[in-house]
Amino acid sequence: MITFLDFEKPIAELEGKIRDLRKLSGGDSSMDLSDEVDRLQSKRDRLLGEAYAGLSPWQKTQVARHPERPHFSDIVAHLFTDFTPLAGDRSFGEDQALMGGLARFNGRSVLVMGNEKGTDTPSRIKHNFGMSRPEGYRKAVRLMDLADRFGLPVLTFVDTPGAYPGIGAEERGQSEAIAKSTERCLRLGVPVVATIVGEGGSGGAVALAAGNRVLMFEHAIYSVISPEGCASILWRTSDKAKDAATALKITAQDLVKLGVADGIIPEPLGGAHREPKRALDALGEAVQDALSEMDGIPADRLRQLRRERFLAIGRL
Amino acid sequence: MNWLTDYVKPRLSKVIRKRESPDNLWHKCKACGQMIFHRDFVAAQKVCANCGHHDRVGPKERFEALFDEGIHQKVDLPTVKDDPLKFRDTKRYTDRMKDARNKSGDTDAIQVAKGKIGGVESVIAVQNFFFMGGSMGMAVGEAIVRAAEEAIALKAPLIMVTAAGGARMQEGILSLMQMPRTTVAVDMVKEAGLPYIVILTDPTTGGVTASYAMLGDVHIAEPGALIGFAGPRVIEQTIREKLPDGFQRSEYLLEHGMVDMVVHRHELRGALRRVISLLMEKHRPVFHQAAQ
Ligand SMILES: [Zn+2]
Ligand SMILES: [Zn+2]
Repeated sequence: MITFLDFEKPIAELEGKIRDLRKLSGGDSSMDLSDEVDRLQSKRDRLLGEAYAGLSPWQKTQVARHPERPHFSDIVAHLFTDFTPLAGDRSFGEDQALMGGLARFNGRSVLVMGNEKGTDTPSRIKHNFGMSRPEGYRKAVRLMDLADRFGLPVLTFVDTPGAYPGIGAEERGQSEAIAKSTERCLRLGVPVVATIVGEGGSGGAVALAAGNRVLMFEHAIYSVISPEGCASILWRTSDKAKDAATALKITAQDLVKLGVADGIIPEPLGGAHREPKRALDALGEAVQDALSEMDGIPADRLRQLRRERFLAIGRL
Repeated sequence: MNWLTDYVKPRLSKVIRKRESPDNLWHKCKACGQMIFHRDFVAAQKVCANCGHHDRVGPKERFEALFDEGIHQKVDLPTVKDDPLKFRDTKRYTDRMKDARNKSGDTDAIQVAKGKIGGVESVIAVQNFFFMGGSMGMAVGEAIVRAAEEAIALKAPLIMVTAAGGARMQEGILSLMQMPRTTVAVDMVKEAGLPYIVILTDPTTGGVTASYAMLGDVHIAEPGALIGFAGPRVIEQTIREKLPDGFQRSEYLLEHGMVDMVVHRHELRGALRRVISLLMEKHRPVFHQAAQ
């Protein structure tokens, strides 16, 4: 059973009723409740469709953070073959909040990287809830060097609350590590497709998202600061996170309008977490399309186009 | 502490500030509490004579202190769209901007100028902490791009004096996009074979530190400046521990390998001249003639 978000309460109730009715009719063949089940089922679909068509920015934030939303490991398992994870920054350590390696995507050799939040308590701790320390960004630089050297396209999947704010992270140069990762991404002579799959949290997201193409899942968010963080600074109370989410313009739909994202990947009815396979199929197609558009473009030109893409953002 | 310094002086200064000369005003050092004649404090570039505390200074003072004889020419900065998101928190962003503009007489949190440093044509960009905490939005980003273009056109080093809490939240994602945009800008300077020198001043945090502030060929920090990614309060809330003394201060960054040197404000011009002169050797016509 999936985890329901607070605004999905009526849907959860309907699904509960449907389950109960099915159980009832299953136990007693003299009772035919299938008409009633169908009726409730279509009502549930309608409610779900309506709820998800009109998600507020704050509701989208909750969907983007949904614990069952497909994560990096699901993306790799579903869309890539021959995944060969590579570890370590060759300087201090291995950061499991940012995973990456060589793999095949539709048969083509690529470099794939992304944030991993984990799926249960032990793995969330292991992956530090998707919040990298400097070692993660330095590993990213190392992997991008490798991709550049061997002409492999770089595919990134962003899903992070942000870079980890801790003593050790600061001590080892969190800022420098993020800056260098962004810089390396912008210098690549290979195609870079970045997709915000869940949460694109601040600088920690930018470090992996300076791509030629930036795609977003329909209910993903990308923001300079979390709505809660923004609310506690500007409204002086995190209770205003809803208002902050709206004011910050963090949805995929807003970001396409602002020229920050290039395309939106549709999610199945009720969000990617309800039908992860279908969501990941759509993701695979969108990434392949973006990659195909860059076929045959020489290295210098790719770099130039990427620079121009970012310089054009927000200009009059 | 007495009623004279606590009560009379501030009231007096209010009256006097309205007129012209601030010469007989006092400055109370934020670090040690020492009272210093404002005139002396300004002459000392706002460094406390008693404890050495470096107080914040704005672009005008920086240009005057860093360019030869203080001579410089402002670089015109691009106009950007005001309030691109129609942002409103407890106040409208447009009202916050109006206030900041009225107070500073400036349009946004950065100024760019060109002039000579040790005889070498140079471009300096200075963030103004007094304008909405120096925060980085479209205007700051565009100014840095402009500064980079100017440096490249003049074959001049680009010097970036940072001072900012981070990105300007009221511009949302567009402020975040200044991280890659400014990274492109400084990379163009590097690609042109020109030095990009960062002078980190108090405070430099957030998205500013995690982009152009940490990408310099040489990093010079003023003593005691707060420099980091996450703000100290955010870290304390996350780890629920007290932070060590001197954490995220310039000297701590020097010790941890993030800056090349910590330089007293009075020595900054000298350090900058030396670094520029050494790095710009190949651009010196005399050297090229001698080599041929
Ligand atoms: Zn002072
Ligand atoms: Zn003092």
